[in-house]
Amino acid sequence: MAASVFAPWTDPDQKPLIEFRNVTKRFGDFTAINDLSLKIYEREFFALLGPSGCGKTTMMRMLAGFETPTQGNILLGGQVIDDVPPNKRAVNMMFQSYALFPHLSIWDNIAFGLKRESRDKASIEARVEEMLRLTRLTKFALRKPHQISGGQRQRVALARSLAKAPKLLLLDEPLGALDKKLREETQFELMDIQEKTGTTFVIVTHDQEEAMTVASRVAVMDEGRLVQVSTPDVIYEAPNSVYVAGFIGDVNLIKGTASARTTATVEEPEAPTQPAENTPSAAQQERTPRPNSYGEWLHDTLLSPILGKRVEAPKPKQLPAPTPEETATAKAAEAPDIPEGGLSLKWADGEPDLIAVNGDPALDGKEVTLALRPEKFSISKTKPTGVANAVKGKVIDIGYLGNISTYHVELPGGLMVKSQVTNTRRIARRDITWEDTVWLSFTATAGVVLPE
Amino acid sequence: MRRFSWFNATSLTLGFAFLYLPMIILVIYSFNESRLVTVWAGFSTKWYGELIQNEEFLGAAWVTAKVAFFSSCLATVLGTMAAYVIVRAGRFKGRTLFSGMIYAPLVMPEVITGLSLLLLFIGIGLDRGILTVVLAHTTFAMCYVSVVVSSRLVSFDRSLEEAALDLGCSPFEAFRLVTLPIIAPAVISGWLLAFTLSLDDLVIASFTTGPGATTLPIKVFSAVRLGVSPEINALSTLMIAIVTVGVITASLVSKRAAVQQARDERAAERAE
Repeated sequence: MAASVFAPWTDPDQKPLIEFRNVTKRFGDFTAINDLSLKIYEREFFALLGPSGCGKTTMMRMLAGFETPTQGNILLGGQVIDDVPPNKRAVNMMFQSYALFPHLSIWDNIAFGLKRESRDKASIEARVEEMLRLTRLTKFALRKPHQISGGQRQRVALARSLAKAPKLLLLDEPLGALDKKLREETQFELMDIQEKTGTTFVIVTHDQEEAMTVASRVAVMDEGRLVQVSTPDVIYEAPNSVYVAGFIGDVNLIKGTASARTTATVEEPEAPTQPAENTPSAAQQERTPRPNSYGEWLHDTLLSPILGKRVEAPKPKQLPAPTPEETATAKAAEAPDIPEGGLSLKWADGEPDLIAVNGDPALDGKEVTLALRPEKFSISKTKPTGVANAVKGKVIDIGYLGNISTYHVELPGGLMVKSQVTNTRRIARRDITWEDTVWLSFTATAGVVLPE
Repeated sequence: MRRFSWFNATSLTLGFAFLYLPMIILVIYSFNESRLVTVWAGFSTKWYGELIQNEEFLGAAWVTAKVAFFSSCLATVLGTMAAYVIVRAGRFKGRTLFSGMIYAPLVMPEVITGLSLLLLFIGIGLDRGILTVVLAHTTFAMCYVSVVVSSRLVSFDRSLEEAALDLGCSPFEAFRLVTLPIIAPAVISGWLLAFTLSLDDLVIASFTTGPGATTLPIKVFSAVRLGVSPEINALSTLMIAIVTVGVITASLVSKRAAVQQARDERAAERAE
């Protein structure tokens, strides 16, 4: 991996390629974009994500020049471009419907933009051939758009919009018309091409998986406003609102009353930089899968005549020796190792409070929501020890998806939550079945506390 | 297999007979030896020979062709422009009124259109002749063209034009290089419609025509008032033949194109 992480948005000296300055766009009485400010930097792959009607397409059309802001300015490379018509902008767009010209061959489609510039014939030909190679379309060059498949059409549209080497490429739901498998392949192709050409991409999509896969930063929009703009991992692990948490992926929302925990030594919440499942104690427990004493006894008395003598599990030599830190946490694993500070959440009568050390103590006494991703739960039939939070529940439903299983668990008070378990073994958790009483546990940093 | 019941067969025969019997009779009598239209005296093509020598008819046919050509070209340009504006200009004040006004001459009685044009030409002192007939035909053919073209433009994917603009076209270039080639079939069929409308118009032409600008329908009509001659039958048969060949060719060409397109698309899907 590159030594320096690509994150121009953290550098205050970086000049943005695109800047929205307090842009408002109204269509009659309807406000599509409401006083929005945003900076997008060079070489970024920026995703605008939101439900239909949130204003993301309007933003893209304003960048392309098909709409002008009612108020505010849009800058491209430091220049105000509000009054520049679309044919004079160094911005190209890949349309949702691809908008290939049906009367022209693939070659002529790609050459179309180049022919509008006063270029000589040889350089147009060279550029078209280059784009055909980049998108692996060379052998289709003489066909018409209706003579090629959907995936190829999508690549022609991309080649055509990239041919003029724009400063900025806009992609309007580019993969919406492709089936799932082709879409996933194409996502990686897009990222590859973006890296090769070094063009800034802005993609509009309502598919959160697509946005998470391709984008360096994601802007989640709702009703003409930006709700959160950040990298995909921050959006996922540290959403700033219930709306964002619910829009991206699956989430369990547990409502309750917050109270600041005693001895509030202010510790910075770490959820975004250090994903919660990497807490050392959890890693330590999974590191050595070995039979327990009951299993050993069972083997020695019953199975050894058939299967032979039990082989001692080899010491995990291939694993690095535990660091002193890890050994320390392993010893402390018996007792819950919970950092101080944060919030505790009263969420149901007669149940122990939930602990979230990354909660803001200033929310003391307020109604809050704890957002927990389904994969952050551990599910077990016995009460786990040494964990910050454990709640009892009943399995209502099990969804087996092959690679993962989703357990729908009803908690006391009737709240339904989802817990996802990766099926690492072929017979997945057969011991847990419908109507079972189970324990769901999670660490003190697994969830995110969101104000109401 | 009894796909046709007696009832179906009878109604089909009657219907087609109703449509085509008059024309068949006309075609048969055009080959009649006798000068008397209703008396069959044997097969002959002599009336076709006489028709070719008839200066008056040939002159009228030439006038008609000229009028039809110029008026349909003019009507196509104006009608396409009108359709483009009506479909594309978005919502401006009075849009409904304007689009209604473009289509109104479709339902206007021809006599009224012809009379009002005549009054206009007299009013502005324009001598009646080929020019006035061309103008008159343009006026009423234009609304047919704009109906045909606008129905195509409504289903036209607007993002194609936006893509052209995005790739550096001026709005006029976008129209010339992208929109026009794609809607060309509709424009051509609009032109053909205007051409045929002009060919067979009698009422408006007779209102607006002047000396030296006698079109074929006017000529035929006035000749028939003196009695139907076998030459007229021959002339009509020729016109029927031209129209039939035209219609069949057009439908064959468009059908072949559709079949080819479907085959290409299937091949493309398999290739994926």
